[in-house]
Amino acid sequence: MARSTVDVDTARPTGSPPGGRGRAGLGVGSDGTSSPLGLVLKIAALALLAAVAVWGAVPLVRTQNWIGLAVLVAVTLLGFYVYLSPRTIPLKYLLPGTLFLIAFQILPIVYTVATAFTNFSDGHRGSKEEAIAAIEGASVQQVPGSPVYDLTIAADGDPSTGDLVFLLADPTTDQVFAGTSDGLAPLSAADVQRSDAGRITAAEGYTVLDVAQISDRQDDLTAFTVPTDDGAIRNQGLSSAFDGAPQRAYDAGCDCITDAASGRTWTADDGNGAFVADDGQTLAQGWRVGVGLRNFGAIFTNDVIRSSFLRIVVWNFAFAFLTVLITFGLGLLVALALNNPMLKGKTFYRSLIILPYAMPAVAMYLVWRNMFNTDFGLINRILGTHVNWLGNTASSMVAILLVQLWLGYNYMFLVITGALQSIPKDLTEAAGVDGAKPFYAFRTITFPLLLVALAPLLISSFAFNFNNFNAIYLVTQGGPFSPDNPSAGGTDLLITYTYRLAFGGAGADYGFAAAISVVIFLIVGVISVLAFRRTRALEEVN
Amino acid sequence: MAITGNQAGPQTIAAVGEGPPTEVVRLGTAKGNWFRRVGWSHLVGVLALVFSLFPILFVVSAALNPVGTLSSSQLLPTRMSLDNFGAILSGSFPRWFWNSLLIGVLSAALSMFISACAAFAFSRFRFTGRRAGLLAVLLIQLFPQFLAIVALYLIFADITNLWPAIGLNSIWGLLLLYLGGALGVNTWLMKGFFDTIPKDLDESAKVDGASHAQVFFGIILPLVRPILAVTGLLGFIAAVNEFLIASVFLTDDSVKTAAVGLYGLVADPQTANANFGLFAAGAVILAVPTVALFQFLQRYIVGGLTAGAVKG
Repeated sequence: MARSTVDVDTARPTGSPPGGRGRAGLGVGSDGTSSPLGLVLKIAALALLAAVAVWGAVPLVRTQNWIGLAVLVAVTLLGFYVYLSPRTIPLKYLLPGTLFLIAFQILPIVYTVATAFTNFSDGHRGSKEEAIAAIEGASVQQVPGSPVYDLTIAADGDPSTGDLVFLLADPTTDQVFAGTSDGLAPLSAADVQRSDAGRITAAEGYTVLDVAQISDRQDDLTAFTVPTDDGAIRNQGLSSAFDGAPQRAYDAGCDCITDAASGRTWTADDGNGAFVADDGQTLAQGWRVGVGLRNFGAIFTNDVIRSSFLRIVVWNFAFAFLTVLITFGLGLLVALALNNPMLKGKTFYRSLIILPYAMPAVAMYLVWRNMFNTDFGLINRILGTHVNWLGNTASSMVAILLVQLWLGYNYMFLVITGALQSIPKDLTEAAGVDGAKPFYAFRTITFPLLLVALAPLLISSFAFNFNNFNAIYLVTQGGPFSPDNPSAGGTDLLITYTYRLAFGGAGADYGFAAAISVVIFLIVGVISVLAFRRTRALEEVN
Repeated sequence: MAITGNQAGPQTIAAVGEGPPTEVVRLGTAKGNWFRRVGWSHLVGVLALVFSLFPILFVVSAALNPVGTLSSSQLLPTRMSLDNFGAILSGSFPRWFWNSLLIGVLSAALSMFISACAAFAFSRFRFTGRRAGLLAVLLIQLFPQFLAIVALYLIFADITNLWPAIGLNSIWGLLLLYLGGALGVNTWLMKGFFDTIPKDLDESAKVDGASHAQVFFGIILPLVRPILAVTGLLGFIAAVNEFLIASVFLTDDSVKTAAVGLYGLVADPQTANANFGLFAAGAVILAVPTVALFQFLQRYIVGGLTAGAVKG
C-alpha cells in the first residue's frame, strides 16, 4: 500500500496544532493534512473518486435511472465532505469500509429478507404487465400475408448481458429496422452494412452476436419479442422473423387471458401471481407478488420439506459441533504433546503438522473426495475394500468429519499452542508443589484458562462451520440422495440445501431459498449472541 | 476429550488437600522414564505428522504420476514425470491461477487496509455511535456474505447491465463484493491489538505536531505489523479458497479463479478419473503461494491469532 510509506519523519516537529479541531471551515490543510505528500495523495484520491463517480454516472444517465444517479451523487458528495471537513476525523477512517459494508453486505441481507416474503422464482420474476406481455408475445403466430424479415440477432452493448436487439431487413420494401423490447424503430441505411442477400451484418451502436453467443442466450431469445401495433415480431430460427398476431390476449375487464383459438380463459389470481383456469391449470408465466409468511409456513407444513428440513437442521448442528469438538480435541492433544519443554525438534513437527492449514482447502476437499472414490479411491485400495463410502449417509458423515478433522485441527493446534504459552508457568508449578498430579493440574488450571482464552475462537469456529458450504458441497455435494426427495441429501447443510433450491437444475425458487437463508440468519444470530454473552461472563470471572 | 468422566472441580480440590501425600511424577522432570518424559510427545507428534502429510503426499504423487488417472495414483510415486504440469500449464490454468493471485492479493491488501483504518478509528477516537458501530460490526460478521447469495446474484445482474466491467463474469466485481465483508471480519481482531499499543505514543506525536494521518501511517501501522501479517494472510487464504460466490459469478473460462477452474476439472464423475493428474498438478501449483506465505509469516501467526483470541 503506497499510503503506508508516509514516513514518521515527515511530521514537522513544530507544525500546526493537532487535529485542527479549533478551526472551522472547509479546505485542504485545515484538517491536519500538514505534510505535502499527504496533501498530494489526498488530492489524487479525491480526483480518483470524482473520476469513478463520472464513470459510474454515464450508464445511469443513459438508462434514465435517476434514483441510482441521486444515490451516486449523494455518496460522492459525502466522500468529498468527509475528506475535506476537519470535523469528521473518525469518519475518514470508517467511510470506505462502511460504504462497502452497506452495498455488499447489508443491502443483500435486506434484499434477502424482502425476497423471503415473495413468490420470486422461475416463472414469477417480473411484474404483472411483464407477465402479460410475455404470455401474449409467446402466443404470437404467423398470420398469412404478414411480413417476413431477414433477421440478424444483436445486443445493445455487451454480447452476454446487453439487451437483445433484432436487426431486421424487409426484403420486399428494402427498409431496415432495429427491433427492441420497446418496439420497432427504423434504421438509417447509412448506419448498417448488409450482405449481398440483404441481411444486416453490422449496425452502428449494436453488437452482432455469433452462433455461440446466441446459444448462450437461448432463454433470453425464447422470451424476446418486438411489440408492434397489432401483435409482435418473433424470430423463426436464427435468420428470419415474422410479424404475427397473438393468439392469447389480456382483457382488463375480466382481468383474464383469453385464447382466441380455443376460447379458454385464465383469470388472474393476484394472491399467487398467476393466471388460473377454471379447472385449476395455471399458465407457466406468472408474476412476483408478496406471499406473506407462506414460504416459512411451507417449511413446517409441507410434509416432504418438513421432514427433510428437521433432519438437515439436526445434522447441521451436529456437524458444526462435532467439527469444533474433534478439531479442538486433537489440536489440544498435539499442542500438549509438542509443548513438552524437553522435546527436541518442535519446529520440525510444528511446521509440517500445520501444512494442511496452508494448503488450498477447495483443492484438498476435492482430493479427499477422490480418495473416497469407490472404484479408484486410495482408501479402498489401501484397505483392499470396495466400499462406496459416500454412498450411504452414515459413512458419508464419518468421511466428512474425518476431512474436517484433517483440515481443522492444525488451526486449533496453532491457537492452543499460543494460548498455552501465554498461561503463566507459576500457576501449574505451584499446583505441582502442592502435590497435584500433572493431569489434575491440567484439568483444574490449564484447561479452564484455555477455554476462557479460546472461547471466542471456538464460537467463531462453530459459526463458520455451521455454514461450511465448501466442506459439504465439494466432498459429498450434499448426497447421498434418497429417491423420495431428490432435493435434500443425507449430508446437506442448510446452506447447501438453499443453494440447490436457488441454483439447482430443477427450476429456481428464490423466495423459498431466501426464507431458508433467513432461518439460518436467525439460528446463527441467536446462538452467537447467547454464546458471546456467556463468554463475556467468563472473561469477567477471570 | 480428556475431561469427560471427572467429577466437579471444587470437590476434588478439597479432597486433595485432605488426602495422604502421593508420589508426584511431573512431566518434564527426570523422575519418569524416557517414554513419560519425551517419548509420548514424539509418538503423538509422529502420528500427527503422518495424518497431516499423507493426503499431501498423495496429491503430490498424483501430480507426478505420468499416467495421470486417479486409479493409477499411489500414495508414494512409483514413476515420476512432469507431464501433468506441462499439460495443465498449457491450458487455461495459468489464467485461472493469475486471477486467483490477483483477487487474493488485492482483496487481502485492501481488506487489511480497510479494517486497519476502522480499527484505528474505534480504538483511538471517541465519537457518537462508536459503541453501536462496534456492536453492529460484531453482529454483521456473524452473517457470512454468501448466505445472501441469491440477493447478491440478483443485485449483480443489475450491476452487469449498467457496468459490465464490475458485474457478473468479472473478477473486479467479485473483488468489490469481497471488500464488502472487509469491515466485518477483522475489525475486532485488529481493534483488540490496537488497544494494546500505548496511547502515550500518539499523544506525544500529536504534541509534536503530527496529524492523525501521520500518527496512523507513521506510528501505529508499523507497530501492528504482526496483526497485519495475520489478517493479510487469512484474507489471502480466504479469497483464494472462496468457491461458492466465485462459482456462481464467474462462468466464462477466462475469468475463473483456480478454485472454480480446478473444480470444473473433476466435477463430473465421468471425467474425474482421467483428469485427476491434471487436477493434482494444478492443486500443487495453487498451494505454492499460500504455503510459501505461511512459512514466511509463521512467526507472526501464533502470536497474532491468539492476540485476537485473548483480547478480542
